[in-house]
Amino acid sequence: MKEIVVISGKGGTGKTSITAAFAMLAGRNAVIADCDVDAADMHLLLQPDYARSEDFYSGFKAKIDQNLCIKCGKCKQVCRFDAVQKIDDSYNIINLDCEGCAYCAEICPVKAIQMVEQNVGKWYISQIKSEAQMVHARLGIGADNSGKLVAKVKKEAKNISQETGKDYILVDGSPGIGCPVVSSLSGANYVIVVTEPTLSGFHDMKRVFELIQNFKLPSGCIINKQDVNAEISEKIVEFCTTNKIDIISKLPYDETFSEAMTQGKTIIEFDEENLKNILKDSWSKILLLTDTH
Amino acid sequence: MKIAFTTKGTEWDSPIDPRFGRTDYFLIYDEEKDELSTVDNTEINEVAHGAGPRTAQKLFEQKPDVLITGNGPGGNAATVLNQSGIKIITGAGAMTAKEAYDAYKKGEL
Amino acid sequence: MKIVIASGKGGTGKTTLATNLAYLLSQNCPVILSDLDVEEPNSGFFIKGKKIQEKQVFRMMPEWDREKCVLCGNCQRVCNFNAVIKLGEEVLVFNQLCHSCYACSELCPQNALPMKSYEVGKITEFEENNIHFVEGKLNVGEEQAVPLIKETIDFANNNFPSDILRIFDAPPGTSCPVIEATKDADYVILITEPTPFGLHDLTLAIEVMRELKKDFGVVINRYGIGNNDVIEYCKVERIPLLGKIPNMKKAAVAYAKGELLSEAIPEIRSAFNTIIQNLKVCEVFS
Repeated sequence: MKEIVVISGKGGTGKTSITAAFAMLAGRNAVIADCDVDAADMHLLLQPDYARSEDFYSGFKAKIDQNLCIKCGKCKQVCRFDAVQKIDDSYNIINLDCEGCAYCAEICPVKAIQMVEQNVGKWYISQIKSEAQMVHARLGIGADNSGKLVAKVKKEAKNISQETGKDYILVDGSPGIGCPVVSSLSGANYVIVVTEPTLSGFHDMKRVFELIQNFKLPSGCIINKQDVNAEISEKIVEFCTTNKIDIISKLPYDETFSEAMTQGKTIIEFDEENLKNILKDSWSKILLLTDTH
Repeated sequence: MKIAFTTKGTEWDSPIDPRFGRTDYFLIYDEEKDELSTVDNTEINEVAHGAGPRTAQKLFEQKPDVLITGNGPGGNAATVLNQSGIKIITGAGAMTAKEAYDAYKKGEL
Repeated sequence: MKIVIASGKGGTGKTTLATNLAYLLSQNCPVILSDLDVEEPNSGFFIKGKKIQEKQVFRMMPEWDREKCVLCGNCQRVCNFNAVIKLGEEVLVFNQLCHSCYACSELCPQNALPMKSYEVGKITEFEENNIHFVEGKLNVGEEQAVPLIKETIDFANNNFPSDILRIFDAPPGTSCPVIEATKDADYVILITEPTPFGLHDLTLAIEVMRELKKDFGVVINRYGIGNNDVIEYCKVERIPLLGKIPNMKKAAVAYAKGELLSEAIPEIRSAFNTIIQNLKVCEVFS
C-alpha cells in the first residue's frame, strides 16, 4: 500500500481540483483522504455519502466550577492570555482567549478549575462517486488546527485500505507549512507539489520543499496555469531539476476546471480532452514514480 | 546493542510504521539478551501538540542505541533524538521489523 | 477605521484586493496597509517602497539554567504542550511548541527556567508615496502566527495618527490566525470566487464573522467563471455585494509579474473604484 500526498504551499493553485481528478482516475483501487481540514472542498466534487460520522476532540479549555470557587482571583493573576475575566462578582473563562495551558487549574487552591477537551469538529467516512471510500473532516470555527485531525483522517484511511486491500491512499494535503502539513506528509511514499508560475506561488513552493527535504521524501511537481508566466515556469523547472524533484506535468491556464467544478464534476467527467489527457498521463507517471522510488 | 523500530504492531512480523512522532508502537530488540519488548504509543493519537518530543522521550527511556524507522522524525523529535545520541536509520518504511533488522545487519539501510 | 480583508479559501484575491484598494485610496489620502499573512506575506511583491524601520518581535520563552536545576521534572509535568521535556539529566525546551504561559517558569521550585526574549519574527515598515506598508513576517521554522499577527496589528494601530485609514490583509482560512486578524476590525471584506469551492468557503468565513459579530461585505473576484450562486446567496442572506472584479487571463499574467492590476488593466481599475464607491455608500468610510 502506497501513500501519495498532494500539497501546494500557496492556496488557489488547483491542488484540490487536481487531486479530485486523480481520485477519479484511481477509481476503486484507492482510498481518498481529505486532509485539508480547515477548508475542506473535495466533497464538492466527489459527492460523498457521509455514511459514518464521529465527533472529533482536540484542545482543552479551562472551566471554573462556580460552586467550588472561593473567588481568590489567583487564576486571573497567572493567566497570560487575559482569558479570566471578573464579571460582577464571579470569575469566568473567556473561551475564545483560553489557550488551554492549565496554569490556572494547576494553581487553584481548591481545585475548582477543570480542563475540558473541546469538540472541535467531525470526521466522516463516505463512499464517493468513483465507488471508493473517502475519509474527510470538518473543523469548527476558530479551532486549533494541529496535526491531530490530519493524523486521524490518515489513520482511518490507512485502516480502510488495509482491511479492503487497496493499493493506494491519495491524500489532499493541508496548505501552508505548519503542523497540519507536517502531519499530512509524514508516512508518505511520494509527494506531489502543485504550484503556479507566479512570484508568490514559486516562493511558497520553495518553502514547502524544505519540509519535504526534512523527511527525505521523493517528490514531483505539477505546474498549473503554466503559460501565465513562461519565465517563472522556467525558474520552477530549474529549481526542480537542481533539487531532484520530478517534473510530472505542466497544465495550461484553462477555465474548464472552474466550469467542471461549477457543475460538481471533476475534469475527468467533463466533456473536454486536453486537460483530461494531461492528467491521465500525469497519474500514470505518478504511479510509476511512486512504485519505483 | 539495543535496536528500536517504529512499528504498527508488537511482533517481529509487524510492519514498520513510517512515521516517528505518531507511531503506534516501538519494538525494542536487545541483541545481547536476545529479548524483544514493546512500548505502546497509541495514546499519542489523543495528543494535539508536541507529539514528536513526547514520543521521543518515551523512546529515550528505553535507551536504545539505534532507531530504525521509515521517513524519519520531524524537526522537534529529531532534536530530542540527536541530543540523546540515538542513531537514526531511515528507509525501512515498506518492511516488517524483521526484514528491517536483517537489512540493517547487512548494511543495506 | 480598520478594514480587514479575509476569505475562507486561499488564492481568492485578498492580497490583490488589499494592495489595489490601498493604492487607489492613497491617490487622495494616506493609507496604512498591513500584511498579516505572517507565515507567507506576499503584499510586498506589489507594493514596493522605501524601508523606514524594522522591528524584531519577541516572545518570552523559558531558558534552562543547568546550574540551578535539580531535575525534579515539575516543568514537564505542568506543560500542556509537550514543549518542555526532561531527558535524563537535561531539560529541553521546544520553542515552536511553547505558548508562553509561564507555568513551567513560575512553578519551578529552583527558578531554573527564567523567561527570556526569543525572536520569532520581524515587522518592517515601508513607505511609498501615500502608502505606509507594514509587513509582519515569521522567521523560518516558527509556526505560531497568532502572537506576531497581534504585534503587527498593534504596530499599525499605534505608530501612526489614528485618523488614517488602515487596511489589513488577513491570512486565509477560518482558524486562530484569522480570528486574531479580524477580531478588532471595524469592517471586514470577504473576497471569494464565484465557484462551488468559493461559495462553500465563503459560508465558512461568514460563520466566523457572525460569531465575532463583525460588519462585513463580499467582493467577487474572477467574476465570469463559475455561476451566480454566490450572488444569489448574498441576496438571500442580505449581505452587501460590494463589487465584482472581472475574470481576465491578462490579470493572472500581470499578477504573476507583481504588477498592480489597477495600474495595468483599466476594466479592473474601474471595478476597484466601484468597490470604493460602495464602501462609501455602506458608510464604511467617507
